[in-house]
Amino acid sequence: MALDSQAKRDFKVVGTRVPRPDGIDKVTGKAAYGADISAPGMLHGRILRSPHAHARIVSIDVSAAQALAGVKAVVTNADFARPDDAGMGDIADNCLAREKVLYDGHSVAAVAATSKSIAKAAIRLIKVEYEILPHVTDVDAAMLPDAPVVQEGRALENVPAGMSQNVTTHVEFGHGDVDAGFTKADKIVERSFKTAATHQGYIEPQACLANLGTDGRGELWCCTQGQYMVRANCAAVLGIDASQLRVTASEIGGGFGGKTSTFIEPVALALSRKSGKPVKIVMTREEVLKATGPTISSSIDVKIGMTNAGRITAARAVLRYQGGAFPNGTVEFGAQAAFAAYDLSAVQTLGWSVLTNRPMEIPYRAPGAPTAIYAVESVVDELCQELGLDPLDVRLLNAARKGTLSSYGPSFNEIGLVATLEAAKNHPHYTAPLGENQGRGLSCGFWFNFGGNTSVSLHINEDGTVSVVEGNPDIGGSRASISMMAAEEFGIPYEKVRTVIADTSSLGFNDITDGSRVTFAVGLATIEAARAAIGVMCARVAKIWDIDPDAVLWEDGYAKPAGPNAGDHAPMSLADIAAIAGNTGGPIAGHHEVNADGAGVSFGVHLVDTEIDPETGHTTILRYTVFQDAGKAVHPDYVEGQMQGGAVQGIGWALNEEYIYGDDGLLKNAGFLDYRIPVASDLPPIETVILEIPNPGHPYGVRGVGETPIVPPLAAISNAVSRAAGVRMCELPMSPPRLLKAMSEK
Amino acid sequence: MVRVKLWGSLRTLADDQEWVEVEARNFKQLLDQLGLLHPALKPQIKRGVSLAVDGVIYRDAWLTEIGPDNEIVLLPYMVGG
Repeated sequence: MALDSQAKRDFKVVGTRVPRPDGIDKVTGKAAYGADISAPGMLHGRILRSPHAHARIVSIDVSAAQALAGVKAVVTNADFARPDDAGMGDIADNCLAREKVLYDGHSVAAVAATSKSIAKAAIRLIKVEYEILPHVTDVDAAMLPDAPVVQEGRALENVPAGMSQNVTTHVEFGHGDVDAGFTKADKIVERSFKTAATHQGYIEPQACLANLGTDGRGELWCCTQGQYMVRANCAAVLGIDASQLRVTASEIGGGFGGKTSTFIEPVALALSRKSGKPVKIVMTREEVLKATGPTISSSIDVKIGMTNAGRITAARAVLRYQGGAFPNGTVEFGAQAAFAAYDLSAVQTLGWSVLTNRPMEIPYRAPGAPTAIYAVESVVDELCQELGLDPLDVRLLNAARKGTLSSYGPSFNEIGLVATLEAAKNHPHYTAPLGENQGRGLSCGFWFNFGGNTSVSLHINEDGTVSVVEGNPDIGGSRASISMMAAEEFGIPYEKVRTVIADTSSLGFNDITDGSRVTFAVGLATIEAARAAIGVMCARVAKIWDIDPDAVLWEDGYAKPAGPNAGDHAPMSLADIAAIAGNTGGPIAGHHEVNADGAGVSFGVHLVDTEIDPETGHTTILRYTVFQDAGKAVHPDYVEGQMQGGAVQGIGWALNEEYIYGDDGLLKNAGFLDYRIPVASDLPPIETVILEIPNPGHPYGVRGVGETPIVPPLAAISNAVSRAAGVRMCELPMSPPRLLKAMSEK
Repeated sequence: MVRVKLWGSLRTLADDQEWVEVEARNFKQLLDQLGLLHPALKPQIKRGVSLAVDGVIYRDAWLTEIGPDNEIVLLPYMVGG
């Protein structure tokens, strides 16, 4: 489908840096987040969580809790319906455990009471008898034939017989004769890597307010990346019709993929249904870290052969990802992305997905790609060091470009990797001098992006302003960018447009805010909706002027005669037409519904300078520059924010963030004091270079930008640290003790 | 007839073929034919797949037209964060 059939490149609003619509509300505390809403007669929900890594639930006795004054309801998994779909079943069993607890912090039961303190006391009165089972939290250990089995019978048909039952998925991608390719290499490097699980680290914990009647009709307010997803999940888990549940997404304090599932919402609804009262649940930070999705942890082998001139002759990677106690497909995307930046004649990537006694993995920006590309880009960097080659020149020599057969199957269309690499090579950062104990690293990054199901409705108001209604929570500035695209299309000032996020009963279905899809897909639908409304306006003006509709054109906010033959008519503005809408047929609106495709893949290059302290092992980030093919940057501030935010999260992932489990299978650092995310003092100014290579699949050339920036930092920082320390680092995070140990062993 | 490329781990479920020829004019017909010719692929098709047509990736878009001149590659169902 040619979506750029009405190509528009001379922008007036798009590409400017207009004030963000949510700025004042957020800095003044007016914005209403998940925990900010209350209701008359509201109860407080609290969840009992497993103290064990793996145990069979022998019995749950809730009688004492139910008898406590002020307790209005107690629920367990028995209060849920049993969804037919395996994925929905996993969501139900993750929200409240059934038969077994599968990780430290797994929900077991929940209470609703008239106060927080009563709810807390009631939780302590629930008696759970456990039969403790052996556990496993490490991916390699979980793959051993005699490993404790987390869940039986979950392996897909693609897993060879004879493997541990914890192995649930196997994938393979690639082309060419890899073994023959290695024989052509002058140098081969083969390394094994490990990466720790990290959390999305959003500042706002999950929170919701649920009100569900015994008749199955209800309301839910929650912080989420997708209110329609929440509706579907809750309807399935509770056995109610989706149409009867209206879900409203609150303002959101960060998501990064971590709010693309449900954890507390079905529990709150079940408590509300049972008590007949509204129920509010707000997770603590400890609960967020223990029981909402971190990303995968991994164990990866990479082997790459290269000629003395820097041409890669063959490449192979084996990825082993653990995603907690429930099956997931994240390894599929790591395996596809691993070598995507390269034009290779022989490449093979194998992937294995593994169950462990950890919380259910939930997507984290570009799920699966950062760790795979970390390992690949580390080996490429080591080859450059061994062969005395410039790492940017080697990447340019091997770079994927239009027509390249990608490592995951299709041939690339227009892509911006070479332009991005050249921008990095020509940037002063690349040749700036380095001092003692300092190192420079770089990495390419890649993400697919996608579009998805999208509904947009917009209305021409009687005063000549425009209201846009979209259905995706704004986690990256979409209200601004959608308003800007509407203003651009109508030819009116940005200030004349307001975009709001609809609840599930007010607009057609929308996929969740993920896959870097919203500015692309919702923007596309907004442009098409605006064109539909413009068509209505032009038709009405044509009737007023008594000329053919084709003789009216829309330009800079006015309906105008298309040419001299159309007659001598004074142009009519959008406001003029809106003011007489009641006289010309009624309110004017436009809407568009689409499953958008053509999002266009995205590449980025990160360049970073680090300095290591040989005495403490501490790494300082000295300088950081992000280069990214972003397509048309609708609001450059937000694009730069995405690029900088990805770099910051990558710095945390590379240097400090880590889920630490003890031999007892329990999480040891479930708090921000011990789970170390970067703070402002850890960071230098992060420079950004946006390359606007238009995406042919969007009327304005927009590409998704939200996920690609998390992909390169792990390798870029590891390469910088490895060069500074004089030892190749093969495990993340490169925390001070780990770096000191590596330096002492070199 | 169109030729569709299978990713590596699907090939064992399709008589070790990398490329499969099917009679199909759109994504839906392609999935139906693949399931008929190679029933072992049905579980994966039911879980979800994406389709790359000349490098553009489609999710769920059953009515996407395809022809013998297109490069057609089956991919896992895309998700994001």
